[in-house]
Amino acid sequence: MTPWTPIARLEEIPRQGARVVATPEGAIAVFRTLDDRVFALLDRCPHKGGPLSQGIVHGARVACPLHNWVIELDSGQAVAPDEGCVRRFETRLENGMVAIALPDSLVGP
Amino acid sequence: MSKPKLVLVGNGMAGVRTLEELLKLAPGKYDITVFGAEPHPNYNRILLSPVLAGEKKLDDIILNDEDWYAGHGITLHKGKTVVAIDRGRRRVRTEDGTVAGYDRLLLATGSMPFILPVPGRDLEGVVGFRDIRDVERMLEASEKHRHAVVIGGGLLGLEAANGLKKRGMNVTVVHLLDTLMERQLDKPAAALLQRALENSGLSFKLEAQTEALLGEGRVRAVRFKDGSEIPADLVVMAVGIRPNIELAKAAGIHCERGILVSDTMQTFDPQVYAVGECVQHRGELFGLVAPLFEQAKVCANHLAEFGIARYRGSVTSTKLKVTGIDLFSAGEYQGGPGFEELLFQDPSRGVYKKLVVRDNKVAGAVLYGDTVDGAWYFQMMRDGTDISAFREHILFGQAHVGDSGHGAESHAARLAEDAEVCGCNGVCKKTIVDAIIQKKLFTLDEVRAHTKASASCGSCTGLVEQLLQSTLGSDYSVSPAKKPLCRCTDLTHEEVREAVRTHGPKTIPQLMGALGWRTPDGCHTCRPALNYYLLCQWPGEYRDDPQSRFINERVHANIQKDGTYSVVPRIWGGVTNPRELRAIADVAEKFRVPCVKITGGQRIDLLGVPKARLPAIWAELGKHGLVSGHAYGKSLRTVKTCVGKEWCRFGTQDSTTLGIELEKMTWGSWTPAKVKMAVSGCPRNCAEATIKDFGVVAVDSGWELHVGGNGGVKVRATDFLCKVQTDEEVMEYAAAYLQLYREEARYLERTAHWIERVGLPYVHSRIVDDAEGREALRARFLESQRKAQIDPWAERAQGAERHEFEPLTLRERNNHACIA
Ligand code: SRM
Ligand SMILES: Cc1cc2nc3c(=O)[nH]c(=O)nc-3n(C[C@H](O)[C@H](O)[C@H](O)COP(=O)(O)OP(=O)(O)OC[C@H]3O[C@@H](n4cnc5c(N)ncnc54)[C@H](O)[C@@H]3O)c2cc1C
Ligand code: SF4
Ligand code: FES
Repeated sequence: MTPWTPIARLEEIPRQGARVVATPEGAIAVFRTLDDRVFALLDRCPHKGGPLSQGIVHGARVACPLHNWVIELDSGQAVAPDEGCVRRFETRLENGMVAIALPDSLVGP
Repeated sequence: MSKPKLVLVGNGMAGVRTLEELLKLAPGKYDITVFGAEPHPNYNRILLSPVLAGEKKLDDIILNDEDWYAGHGITLHKGKTVVAIDRGRRRVRTEDGTVAGYDRLLLATGSMPFILPVPGRDLEGVVGFRDIRDVERMLEASEKHRHAVVIGGGLLGLEAANGLKKRGMNVTVVHLLDTLMERQLDKPAAALLQRALENSGLSFKLEAQTEALLGEGRVRAVRFKDGSEIPADLVVMAVGIRPNIELAKAAGIHCERGILVSDTMQTFDPQVYAVGECVQHRGELFGLVAPLFEQAKVCANHLAEFGIARYRGSVTSTKLKVTGIDLFSAGEYQGGPGFEELLFQDPSRGVYKKLVVRDNKVAGAVLYGDTVDGAWYFQMMRDGTDISAFREHILFGQAHVGDSGHGAESHAARLAEDAEVCGCNGVCKKTIVDAIIQKKLFTLDEVRAHTKASASCGSCTGLVEQLLQSTLGSDYSVSPAKKPLCRCTDLTHEEVREAVRTHGPKTIPQLMGALGWRTPDGCHTCRPALNYYLLCQWPGEYRDDPQSRFINERVHANIQKDGTYSVVPRIWGGVTNPRELRAIADVAEKFRVPCVKITGGQRIDLLGVPKARLPAIWAELGKHGLVSGHAYGKSLRTVKTCVGKEWCRFGTQDSTTLGIELEKMTWGSWTPAKVKMAVSGCPRNCAEATIKDFGVVAVDSGWELHVGGNGGVKVRATDFLCKVQTDEEVMEYAAAYLQLYREEARYLERTAHWIERVGLPYVHSRIVDDAEGREALRARFLESQRKAQIDPWAERAQGAERHEFEPLTLRERNNHACIA
C-alpha cells in the first residue's frame, strides 16, 4: 500500500484553486474545489505539459492555462473531444489535514 | 410528493426542442408525456428535401430515437392524435381514448400544407409536402409514373420539384405569380434562379391559375383557368401552410390565424404553453426553425420556473436546399421607398448581390451565386451595425485582406487539401473536412472543439465557416441569433450585464444564483467575464475574485510555455533613463534571468522567471521606482510615443509628454480586452497611432483622435473620431472613450470589434456630440481609477497572496496525529 503523506492544512489551499508540491519526479498539483473536495494530479498537462495548477478550477475540473484543455480532476482524463490523461494520486482529508498517497520514489530520501 | 405533469402535444421539431432545453435547465422537474400523430420519433423535417432527392436516408434524419425518450423517463405515444383538451379537469384525450392529466400543457402541433380548394383535390396522387408519409408517397409515385406537377414556386415547391426530378420524373412547376420565391427573392435574383433550374431540367409554367385536377381514381392532368392542360400522375401542393389550431380552438384557447401567445410563450390559459408553427406571436406566424428554437429556449426557461427569458420575435434568413444553387435571403429583401439599395451584378459568373439599407443599417439582403458573406450581412442586420464607415466595400464581402497567417486566401473551396487553414494550431483543410464528415459536425463550435481550427486567435473563422458550408451544403445553418455567454447559461453578454446593472447582486455566486446558472461555479469562460462585469459596475466596492482570473492576471505576470513567467515593468511613454536601465540590468543579473528582450511595445521583457521568485524580483524593481506594466492584463498595456516636437525636426506637438500623461491617467484600469494607445508628434505617425485602440496624431493646430485600431490578428486602421486643440481635451476624450468601452463592450471584445459592431457614429454621438455625457463618462472613469491605481507588484512583494507564489512541502509521514 502506498503510504499517506500529509502536505497541508485544507485552508492553505485556496478554494477553486491549487497549490504545488515539489517531488523528485516533478511537481504535483493539489486542487481544492468549491465544495472542499481535494484532488492531486501531476502538474503536467497531457497536451504540451502546461502547469495545470495554474488553471481556473470549476466544478471538479481544471482548464489548463496554456491552451485551455479541460481536465477532470478525479480521473485525470481530458474532457472530450480532447484526448489524454495525466497521472493522478489518491488524496484524503482528515482532521483538516490533506494527505496524498505517494509512492516512495516520489518522496525522495 | 409526486412530480408535476407536463404533457406535450406534437412530437415535432419545436416541441421536442423545448423538452431538450427544459431537461438541460431542470432535469427531473416534470413527469413528461408526449403525444405525436406521426408513427415516428422526432425527426429533422428540414431534411425531408434531401431525402426526397436521394441525398440522405430516412435513418439519417432521426433527431431523437426511442432510447432518448426512454433515457429521460419520457412516456412517448407515437401515432396517437390528441382530439380533445379538457381544461377544467386538466387532461387530454386521444382518438383511441388514451387519457393523460397535466399540470402544464405544451402545444406544438405545427402546421398543415394548404390544399387548394379545386375540384379533384381528393384524387389519388395528390399530396402535400410535410411529413415522412408524403415523401414515401412521392417516392412510390416516382417509381411507377412519369409526370409530376408541383403547384407552388416557393421554397418548398422548388425543393420538391428538384427531388422528384432527381428521382427521374418529368417535373413542371406551376406558379401563380411571374417570379419564383417571391417571398424571399427580388425579380433579378428570381430570374437567375429560374434559369439555373431550367438548365438543370425543370419546366416552369408561371402566371398560371389552377382550375381543376382531372382524373378518375388517380389524377391524370391539371387544367388551368386559360383552358390549357398538362399531364400529371403526381401533383404536389406546396402553396403554403396553415397553423394547426383546431385542437386549441375547440378547447376555447384564443386563436386568430395561430394560437395567440405572449412573450413568455403562454396562451390565454396560463397552464397552457405553445411553441412552433402553430403559434401567432405579436401578429407574426412562423415557418422556419431558427425562430422556433428561440421560442423553445424561452418556453423551457418558464417551464423550469426561472422566469427570466422573453421572446421578442426573430429575424430570419433562408437558403434554398438545392444542391448546386447558392442563394441567401434575409429581411427586407425587396427595398422600395425609404430604403436604399446597394447592388453588385456579374451576370457571366451568375452572381447577384443586393443589400437593402435604411439609415445606414442593413435591413435585408439577397445573394445569388456567391453567398459566402450571407452570415456576415445577417450578423450586421441583427446587431444593427452602422455601416457608413465601410459602405463602399461592403458588397465585396468581409474583406479578409489583412488577416495574418493564411496568405489572405478567402475562398475555402479553392484551397488545396493540404493547405493550412488554421495557422495557430496547424490544421489543414483535409483534417477539417474529414472531421465534419466523420464526426457529423454541424457548427463552428463543434469544429473548434474537435479540430482546434479557429479555436485560438479566430482569424480563420470565416474560412472554417465556409468549409462547413461547402462540406455540408444545405444542412449548414448559420450560427444562432443569440449567442450565449458560455455553456453554463443561455443568457448573452448583454443580458448578463443588464442583470448586473439592475439586479444588484454583488458577488459571482449571487449573480449565478439569480440568473439560474447551470453549473455550481461556472467555467473558465464565464467566471472571468462575470468578474469583470462586477468590477466595472461596482468599482471599489466589488472584491476581485482571483480564482476567476486567468493565471496571468491572477499572478500579474505572463505565463510562458515552460511554466515560467515574464516580467515587464512599465516604461512610461517608452521613455527611460540610465538609472532604470541599470536597475533592470542588475535585477537580470542577480536573478539570472535567461532572456532580456525589447518588446514591440517600447519596453523591456525579462523572460524565464520561476514563479516563486516573482515577488523578490518585483521588490527589487520596486526599490528603483519600477512598477507593473500590466503586460498580462485585459487592461491598459502601453502608450507608445515618438520623440515629437522636443527633438524631431518635423514634430508639431510634444507627443512624448502627452503620452506619459495619458499612461499616468489610464494605467491600472481593467478593460474588456487589452487596450493600447499611442501618440505621434506629426502625421508621419512614427508611433503607429492609427493601429491602436486609441491613437493620437499631432497636427499643427492640435491633435487628431483616432479610435478602434488593431495591429494584431487582423489589421484594422483606426477610424477618425474628431480633432481637438489642447492636451486637456485629449485627456478628457480618452477617459470618456475608455469608460464607454469599459461599460458597453463584451468581455474579450477589443475596441476594433466593438466599434465594428456598434458603429463609429454611435461612439461619435456619445463622445463628441454629447458634451454632458462625455463629462459624466470621464468622471466615472476617474472615479474607478482612484481604486484601481495600486501597483499590484508592490502589494505582492510585501506579502499579499503569498500562497500563490510559495510551493507546499511534503511533511513527515509518521505524523500520526494527522493520519490517525
Ligand atoms: C512581449 C510581446 C512580443 C515582443 O517580444 O515584442 C508580446 C507578447 C505576447 N503577445 Fe503580443 N506582444 C507584444 C506586442 C504586441 C503588439 C505590438 C504593439 O503592442 O505595438 C501587437 C499588435 C498590436 C495590437 O495588439 O493591436 C500584439 C498583438 C497580440 C495579439 C493579437 C491581438 C489582437 O487583437 O489581434 C495577441 C493575442 C491576444 O491578445 O489574444 C497577443 C498576445 C501575446 C501574448 C500575451 C501571448 C500569450 O497569450 O501568452 C504574448 C505574451 C508574451 C509574454 O509573456 O510577454 N499579442 N502584441 C510584446 C509586448 C509588448 C509590451 O511591451 O507589452
Ligand atoms: C420539406 C420541408 C423543408 C423545410 N426546409 C426548411 C429549411 O430549410 N429551413 C427551415 O428553417 N425550415 C424548413 N422547413 C420548416 C420546418 O421544418 C418547420 O418550421 C418546423 O418543422 C416546424 O416545427 P413544429 O414543431 O412547429 O412543427 P412540426 O415539426 O410539424 O411538428 C408538429 C408535430 O405535431 C404533430 N401533431 C399535430 N397535431 C397533433 C395532435 N393533435 N396530436 C398529436 N400530434 C399532433 C404533427 O404530426 C407533427 O409531427 C421545412 C419544412 C418542410 C416540410
Ligand atoms: S509573442 Fe505574439 S507573435 Fe510571438 S509567438 Fe507569442 S503570440 Fe505569437
Ligand atoms: S499544455 Fe495544457 S492545454 Fe496545451
